[in-house]
Amino acid sequence: MQPLRTKLFKGMNLTVFSLVMVFLYIPILILIIFSFNDARIVTGWQGFTLKYYKQLFQNRTIQEAFWNTMLIAGLSTLISTALGILTALGLENKRFTGRKGVLALIYTPLMMPDILMGVSLALLFNFTRVNTGMFTVLIAHITFCISYTAIVIQSRLEGFDYSLVEAAADLGARPSYIFWKIKFPLMMPGIIAAALLSFTLSIDDFIITFFTSGRGFDTLPIYVEGTIRRGTITTINSLSTLMIGFTLLLVVLTKRVRKIIISAM
Amino acid sequence: MADIILQNVSKDFGSFRAVDGVNLTINSGELFSFLGPSGCGKTTLLRMIAGFEIPSDGSIMLGQTEITDQAPYKREVNTIFQNYSLFPHMNLYDNVAFGLRVKKVAKAEIRDRVHEMLKLVKMEDQAQKFPNQISGGQKQRIAIARALINKPRVLLLDEPLAALDLKLRQHMLIELMNIHDAVGITFIYVTHDQSEAMSISDRLAVMNKGRIVQSGPPDDIYERPASIFSAYFIGDTNMIRGEVTAVHEDYLELNCPDGEGNYFDIDSCFQDAPEVGEHIMLSLRPEKIAISRKKPKEQDDINFVKGQIEDILYLGTHTQYIVRVGQLKFRVFSQHKRVYFDDEAPDWEEEVWLFWHDSDTWQIDFKESDILEAEELDEVSGMRRYLKRGKS
Ligand SMILES: Nc1ncnc2c1ncn2[C@@H]1O[C@H](COP(=O)(O)OP(=O)(O)O)[C@@H](O)[C@H]1O
Ligand SMILES: [Mg+2]
Repeated sequence: MQPLRTKLFKGMNLTVFSLVMVFLYIPILILIIFSFNDARIVTGWQGFTLKYYKQLFQNRTIQEAFWNTMLIAGLSTLISTALGILTALGLENKRFTGRKGVLALIYTPLMMPDILMGVSLALLFNFTRVNTGMFTVLIAHITFCISYTAIVIQSRLEGFDYSLVEAAADLGARPSYIFWKIKFPLMMPGIIAAALLSFTLSIDDFIITFFTSGRGFDTLPIYVEGTIRRGTITTINSLSTLMIGFTLLLVVLTKRVRKIIISAM
Repeated sequence: MADIILQNVSKDFGSFRAVDGVNLTINSGELFSFLGPSGCGKTTLLRMIAGFEIPSDGSIMLGQTEITDQAPYKREVNTIFQNYSLFPHMNLYDNVAFGLRVKKVAKAEIRDRVHEMLKLVKMEDQAQKFPNQISGGQKQRIAIARALINKPRVLLLDEPLAALDLKLRQHMLIELMNIHDAVGITFIYVTHDQSEAMSISDRLAVMNKGRIVQSGPPDDIYERPASIFSAYFIGDTNMIRGEVTAVHEDYLELNCPDGEGNYFDIDSCFQDAPEVGEHIMLSLRPEKIAISRKKPKEQDDINFVKGQIEDILYLGTHTQYIVRVGQLKFRVFSQHKRVYFDDEAPDWEEEVWLFWHDSDTWQIDFKESDILEAEELDEVSGMRRYLKRGKS
């Protein structure tokens, strides 16, 4: 019986795995193929073309949206990671009485629907009469990224071997020296992971940005949504293909960067 | 010259007293050990000397300076941690150089001293490796180099060999002694392993429940244990209870019950002056007792007791006999010399004579409450039953 059952399991596993992969990657594959399709609407293969890529680079609105996205992602990553580090370090002290409460406050936004966050931030900005635009989007992105960065860095710190800190103090190092030479380098993998996470979260956020950007400040997801609503899908295919390429590049680079940063410390 | 002076040092964790009124002077250049069972407060005491814990009471002096509340990084004391605590993101060279970099020593000097240290611990060819690429014994060596490069006055070692296997442990023990001889500074060594402490130390302190039970050179503690705890924690022993029948200048005469209504007489040396009629407790090390089927020639300074062999345990280097005398049980270690008093070794259930020199029976401090502890420490010969019955 045993061999048959394992065989069956293996077969089932393989099938499920294949199905998941198909559903996950076929749409992306189709998207990539059709970005080279010489047709205004999706009607089947009409011949190879690069003209939509050309259009992409000539379109000022797209370029503006791209740079907006990068700016927001870059700044919000920088700020939310820095704040995440400080939060995690603050939460290190187990005797700090408000610890549980602060942890709960940090975890809550992760479970809150984006739409709730978006609407509440929009209400806040409206109520405080802050003009919506780049600034409000940035604030919004930092707000939802902090939870992620703080949690990622904090969970790395949980496993930190404090005897290393004692060993360094024993060898004559003062607290600040210990932080920069021992603790920070060992936190680095967590910090990089947190930064990457907040960067990708920021790049593809639509809902919260939608509620906090107002007119006149578009990020790529907002632009894409608007364009599709108007029915032109062709440049979107090529734009998406480029973004996929960019993501892959990022994944490859991260491994390198991490090594370089760690060895430099 | 005194290097470390502990004065009435105590440490409380909440309502729990981990270290209790320790008074001790450790001399400069000495290899001093704290020996005691797990949880007796050795690590806590060491951490107070290193500066990671502040004593709840008492003071600690390093030479002429009081360091009781001084921050760890200011003390001329370095530690070998129980799990080595090498910095995982630095190679071995950088690990060893850490202390000098902190002090901003010139690069060239750092290089020379790191190499000198790596040579001392025989790791000079592995400087570029990372801690996760070397074995436990090698980590140990690097931890020693990393500490000694700072030229501390005192090196603290917290069970440094506990994580190594037996062969490596014996090897590292000798190496540690060589390193101690080479650098000549004070080593304070913490262990729960009595043979380690005995072989490595100039002096040692036996600890129990946060207190120092006895301190002195290893042979002194072994030959003249002050209490049931020292007697059992270092080596094995036999406890004999007896009534003092005569007190002489350098020995006592005692009358000892065997638990079955019979008595035997022995002589013993003593530590404080007991009076005639007083009941005292004696310790007699198993290897001091000779065993024979024939009664040996009577001699003034030899004690004799007749018993019956209950158990024989062959242990390679020696044989352990359990010999019944009434309801008492004597543990006897007999080495496998080819020259016996008899032609051959005694057998199960045979009648034998036990005999030993007067001066090998040693009076120890004793409270009724210690008996429970003795039972924990010695399951083999059923001390407790023996002591209870022996009392009657
Ligand atoms: N930080 C602490 N908080 C509370 N109890 C502690 C702490 N450190 C040690 N202890 C307790 O103090 C006792 C002695 O511990 P320790 O010094 O580590 O013993 P040893 O090193 O002899 O095994 C133990 O019972 C331990 O549980
Ligand atoms: Mg310990």
